[in-house]
Amino acid sequence: MARAFEPVVISANDLFDGRVIYLTGKDEWVPHLRQAELITDEETARHRMAHALALSDHAVGVFLAPAKAGPDGPEPGHPREAFRAHGPSNYFHGKQAEEA
Amino acid sequence: MYHHSEFDRAFVVDRAARFRDQVNRRISGALTEEEFRPLRLMNGVYLQLHAYMLRVAIPYGTISPDQMRQLAMIADRWDKGYGHFTTRQNIQYNWPKLVDIPDMLDALAAVGMHAIQTSGNTIRNVTADHFAGAAADEILDPRPYAELIRQWSTDHPEFQFLPRKFKIAISGSPNDRAVVKSHDIGLRMVEQDGQPGFEVSVGGGLGRTPLVGKVISEFVPVADLLPYLESILSAYNTVGRRDNKYKARLKIAVHELGLDHIRELVDARFAEIRPLFDGADQQILEQIKAQFTAPDLTLGRSTAEYDAARAADPIFRSWADTNLHAHKNPDYAIVTVSLKKHGATPGDASSDQMRLLADLAEKYGFGDLRISHEQNVVLPHVHKADLAALYAALKGADLATANLGLISDIIACPGLDYCALATARSIPIAQQIATRFDELKLEHEIGEMKIKISGCINACGHHHVGHIGILGLDRAGVENYQVTLGGDATETMAVGERAGPGFSKDEIIPAIERLVHGYLDVREDASETFIQAYRRLGPDPFKAALYPQKEAA
Repeated sequence: MARAFEPVVISANDLFDGRVIYLTGKDEWVPHLRQAELITDEETARHRMAHALALSDHAVGVFLAPAKAGPDGPEPGHPREAFRAHGPSNYFHGKQAEEA
Repeated sequence: MYHHSEFDRAFVVDRAARFRDQVNRRISGALTEEEFRPLRLMNGVYLQLHAYMLRVAIPYGTISPDQMRQLAMIADRWDKGYGHFTTRQNIQYNWPKLVDIPDMLDALAAVGMHAIQTSGNTIRNVTADHFAGAAADEILDPRPYAELIRQWSTDHPEFQFLPRKFKIAISGSPNDRAVVKSHDIGLRMVEQDGQPGFEVSVGGGLGRTPLVGKVISEFVPVADLLPYLESILSAYNTVGRRDNKYKARLKIAVHELGLDHIRELVDARFAEIRPLFDGADQQILEQIKAQFTAPDLTLGRSTAEYDAARAADPIFRSWADTNLHAHKNPDYAIVTVSLKKHGATPGDASSDQMRLLADLAEKYGFGDLRISHEQNVVLPHVHKADLAALYAALKGADLATANLGLISDIIACPGLDYCALATARSIPIAQQIATRFDELKLEHEIGEMKIKISGCINACGHHHVGHIGILGLDRAGVENYQVTLGGDATETMAVGERAGPGFSKDEIIPAIERLVHGYLDVREDASETFIQAYRRLGPDPFKAALYPQKEAA
C-alpha cells in the first residue's frame, strides 16, 4: 500500500540574508511557519511546488518541508524543521530572538 | 610567521572583488542560483539551516594577533559577535548576510586572510600540528612546507575541479597531533640518513567510509615534495570516480584499485613531471622558511615564580598540569587555552575572547597564536614565569578551564543546530556530557579521554577516531546517537567499533556515564587510560556497561 501523504509547507532560504522563509497561500514569502500554506495532498504539493519555483528568484533551495496542522497554523513536522523555524538550541539566536 | 607577499595580496584582493561582482550579478538576477552556487562555494560561502555560513581558512592553524583582532571585528560588525573554530583549523561565521560577505572578504584580505578553497572539490586548507615550531618532540617545523603547499595548491589550474574535496595534513613530529592518516594525503616528517623528508600516506578519510591512510612512500625527500604531491593529485584526478559523489574521494580509489596500482600511477607521473621542477619551488621554500624563524626566547630568566604559584594555588596547578605541553626549551611551555568551558559550545570564541587572546599572545607569547583541530587556541611559546599572570588574565574571560584532553574537551561539529547536512544535534550532547562530569567531579579522576561527536555520517566531529565516538542520526524523525569505541586520532590511528544499538537524546548522557564508570571499575590503576584499558580488555566489558539490561537478560 502506498504511504499516506504527509502534510508539507513550501519553504526556502532568502537570497539576501539566508533566513528561512515559507510560502503563503497568497504567494508571499514570509518568515513565520504559522503563516505558511499547509498542503495536505500530493497533487496540490506538486502543483504549488512548480508554481513556487517559477515565482521568485529570491527564494533559494525551494523544497517541501514536513509540517503538521496546529491551532495557530502549520507546525514543524520534523526536528530539522523545528530548528529551521525557531533557531539553534545553543544560543538564543535566529527566529526565536527575532520573535521575542 | 608567513606574511602575504605582493602577489598573495593582489590575488586575495582580486578574488574578493570578483566575488563582489558575482554577488551583485546574483542579486540582479543575471546569475541563477545554479550558476552562483559553485562560485560561492569556491569562496567558502555555504547556505545552512538559518543563514549563510562563511568559512575562513586559518592556514596550518597559524594566526597573528592582528588577524585574530580582525576576526573579532568581523564577528561584531557582520555576525553575532562570535566565531566557531573547526576541526580543519578554519573559523566559521554562522550568520552573515550574502550582501555583506564581499565586505567581510575585503576585511579578511586586509590582514592576509581569505576563504578561498575552504569548500568545493579542490585542495582545502592545509592543516598542521598546532604545536609546530614549539614541541619538544619535533624534527622540523612543518609550517614552511604547509605554506609551500598552500601556495602551490591555491588556484592550481589542474586541481580546481577534482572528483571531490581533497585534504592534506602535515606533522613535523613522530607524534601525530594533526590526524594525518585521516586525510587524503598525510605527511609525517621523518629522517633518513640525517636528511628530513616525509612519510606519505594516501587515502585516509572519515565520513561514511572511514579508512586509515596507507603509506604510499616511506620517504619522500623535501626537494621532491611538490612534484610527488602533484603526481598523487594528477593520478587521483584521472582515476577518482565522478559517477558517484559518495565514492569519489581518493580513499575509495585506493581501496578499489589497490595501493600498488595507485603507486604505479603516481610513480609514472612523477617520472614525467619531476624534471619540470627546476628548483624554483625550493627557492620559494627557502624564502618561506626565512619567515618562520624561531622566537627569540629569553634565556636565563628564573622560573621560580612559576614554582611558587604552583605551590600556592592548587587551581592554577591543576590548570598547569592539564593545559600545558612540553616546549623545546624547558623554561617555556606550550599553553592550550580551552574553548570548552563546561556547558559552552565547543570551539566557539566571542569577539572579546578573541581580542584578549590576541593581546595575551603579544604580551606573553611572541605574538604567536594557533588554532588546534581539537577546537582550542594555543599560545606556543610562553615563559613559565609568565604563566600565572597569563592564567589570571584567562580566568577573567572564561578561558581558564583546566580540561585539555579530558572528558569535557570534546570535539563537536555544529550539528543539527546549524548544519544543512546534519541528522541530529551535536552541541547539546557535548554540553550535557561536559556539565554532567563536571558535576560529578570525576573529570581529572578519569584522565585522558577523547570524546568526539558528529551530527551526521560525514563525521566533521571526527567521531570515528574518538576513544568514545558519538554519531547523531535521524531515526524516523527522532534524534538517535550511536556509540563507537576504541578510536584513536594519533600516529596509531584506529577507527572505533560500533558498540551496539543507538540511544535517544535522553538516554545518551546516562549511557556515557555508565560507560565511564564501567571503565573506572575495570582499569588496572589510575595510570591506565580509557583507550589503554579498551585495548587490553577488548570491547566486551565496555559494551556490558553501555547495555546492562542486555547483559542481565
